[in-house]
Amino acid sequence: MEYHLFQTYLAPLLDAARSWWDGTGLPLWIYNVVLMFAVSLGLIAPFISINVMGIIWLERKVSGLIQNRMGPMLVSFVRPAKFWTRHPWAAVWTGGYLQTVADSIKLLLKEDVIPARADKWVFISAPFVVFTASLMAYALVPFSDHLLSLKNFEAGFLYILAVTSYAVIGILMAGWSSNNKYSLLGGMRSAAQIISYEVPLVLSLLGVVMWTGSLTMEEIIVKQQQMGWFILYQPLAFLIFLIASVAETNRPPFDIPEAESELVAGYNTEYSGIRFAMFFLAEFANMLLASSVAATLFLGGWSGPSFLPGFVWFMIKVYFLIFLFMWIRWTFPRVRVDHLMEFGWKVLTPLALFNILFTGVEILVNRTFMMWILLGLIVLIGRVRSRSSADKIKETLAYESK
Amino acid sequence: MRIWHNLEVSSQEMGQLKTEEFYVNMGPQHPSTHGVLRLILKMDGEVIKECTPVIGYLHRSVEKIAENTLYQSFVPFTDRLDYISAMYNNWAYVLAVERLADIWVPPRAEYLRVIMGEMNRIASHLLWYGCLALDLGATTPFLWSFREREYILDLFEEVCGARLTYNYYRIGGVSRDLPQGWEDRCKALLKGFMEKFPELDEILTNNVIFVNRTKGVGAISKETCIAYGATGPVLRASGMKWDLRKDEPYSVYPELKFEIPVGRLGDTYDRYLVRMEEMRQSVSLVEQALEKLPRGKAKARMMSQDFRIPEGEIYSRVETPRGEMGYYIVSDGGGKPYRLKIRTPSFSHISLLTEAVKETKVADAVAIIASFDPVLGESDR
Repeated sequence: MEYHLFQTYLAPLLDAARSWWDGTGLPLWIYNVVLMFAVSLGLIAPFISINVMGIIWLERKVSGLIQNRMGPMLVSFVRPAKFWTRHPWAAVWTGGYLQTVADSIKLLLKEDVIPARADKWVFISAPFVVFTASLMAYALVPFSDHLLSLKNFEAGFLYILAVTSYAVIGILMAGWSSNNKYSLLGGMRSAAQIISYEVPLVLSLLGVVMWTGSLTMEEIIVKQQQMGWFILYQPLAFLIFLIASVAETNRPPFDIPEAESELVAGYNTEYSGIRFAMFFLAEFANMLLASSVAATLFLGGWSGPSFLPGFVWFMIKVYFLIFLFMWIRWTFPRVRVDHLMEFGWKVLTPLALFNILFTGVEILVNRTFMMWILLGLIVLIGRVRSRSSADKIKETLAYESK
Repeated sequence: MRIWHNLEVSSQEMGQLKTEEFYVNMGPQHPSTHGVLRLILKMDGEVIKECTPVIGYLHRSVEKIAENTLYQSFVPFTDRLDYISAMYNNWAYVLAVERLADIWVPPRAEYLRVIMGEMNRIASHLLWYGCLALDLGATTPFLWSFREREYILDLFEEVCGARLTYNYYRIGGVSRDLPQGWEDRCKALLKGFMEKFPELDEILTNNVIFVNRTKGVGAISKETCIAYGATGPVLRASGMKWDLRKDEPYSVYPELKFEIPVGRLGDTYDRYLVRMEEMRQSVSLVEQALEKLPRGKAKARMMSQDFRIPEGEIYSRVETPRGEMGYYIVSDGGGKPYRLKIRTPSFSHISLLTEAVKETKVADAVAIIASFDPVLGESDR
């Protein structure tokens, strides 16, 4: 369906623009740069912004439902009618969608405070660096088979992984320029966390590359259309990617840099108003990006039965993964900093390396379900060894009664 | 401030690197300290070397006020000490006066006192549970436990009109009898609570992240606990079998069957398990008390303005949710106490805190404070 839209409206427009440009005789590279700005500012940035608003609303509703409450309900065009109170499960979803707009407006109206001895220009540009890092990566996300920014870019998702590492620089800039020792510590901790979890993130995707033989996103989706989704063949890699993404995006349970009950308040302490909102936008954009990459590499991207257009399937998969992110966030307590590093280096990285080894063996013998046998064994062994909570308590506590 | 001048900083040379210890103030307003507790932490990098608590931000001269208040009028002040378990505070005071003046309490009132006290123990532990989870970063258990707490507070509101500072106990009984249907509502609440309790249990007890953050953290030996005067779940988690409800029973506890959970290591995880188990035991206690509730008078007699207590002094203690709360009353034969001293568990626990957080990281210190469950209202009085 989008192909027809593309052919009917967009392609002639692009051809006309191109031929007009050729007519003026200006160099082609300016045209490409202008087109790049037009696409990124006119298409991708609004896409990210609108989706982030939706994600924030979704987060507040999902967290509310998990916590036995309804989330924001009043700030809407039309407040949910009284009769909905008899059906709270449905009523939850009809209210509060303008809350994010209201919060953004509030943040825009706040006083712009830059600390007196802060490094002014570094302070100002840090949020933009963090946001740009994830914005750049959207160039390669295939929203559908015809909604792409770059066709057949050979570096493929390696480019995405490389470009998202940029965010570390932004965080260090934020921590340093705030002129606040706690911000500096928080920024360094966050940088250490992101750098540590990039290793298992990248390694876990190598299994996918081994099966596909190519790095490009389009090839990976085509291969999944032939073989089936990679989550079936690489479940361990999917889990590692998911956990590493939660750590990369600084989301709970790995949110030590942003936590309120930690003494060090994090790199965005001194930021207020819209600069603070920019960091949050960047975090959610990062989460959206991680979900998009996971949906493309493990869940088949835009492919799906033809009764829905590819773009819709893509968004369904992305939002399912985002829901997973939120579910994880509201269930677990926070991981301590040293546990976090230990987990990243001593558990995830060896597992990712093992996954590569295993995938190699699978490809060699050309059988694909060994991974499920392995996971089944792990689950069985786990069940045999785990005890119920009541037993554990009885072991730990000694009961005394006279 | 004078405190800052007495603190010393030492700088050590570690090979080529010169490190210095620095002071961090975990101020009175902080999302993690339970109340207005101020801790001055002397830190070496991430590790706490020394901890100096500064208390008194909630001091309200309650003991001095007692010297000018009639015995029967002092009960509301006791509510405000440990405002989370106000029923038990009332009981501690009222029991002391009754023991000193040898006043008889009708059996129905005794049972009602046990019911209210143990329900308050459940409510207090639910709050502790929520705050512990919240401090460790899990927001959801906080809301679940507060939902359960709301049901209990609703019942308390029916009985005495208040949700937090009850002023329910009186010298010689309780202030009013139960409204109609209260017992059935209470039984329904306990049944619902036991159905929801596995949810609270499941989300934290076996959770790897929670266990890693609490096991082995802040382990205190039995001897240290006793040396610092710790009581209640803190002492029991360290392996000492001591509960005033069993060792120095008061009211009708001898007639009720319950068990005392005792821990082994005295770390945060043990304190957590002990309090979870205490909640279960309290539910069983309330059920037994509801069953055995005798008929008769529960309301205490109205006290005249001339109520006097003969000369003497007494130290009487009860097992509040936080530990041993003791009242030392010196009477000079008049209607107002000559001296009233309140021994609160949180005061001793805060001094034990200085020992427990040594050589731990800040994140662990937050967990340890949450597991001690101090309430500044009672430690500052």
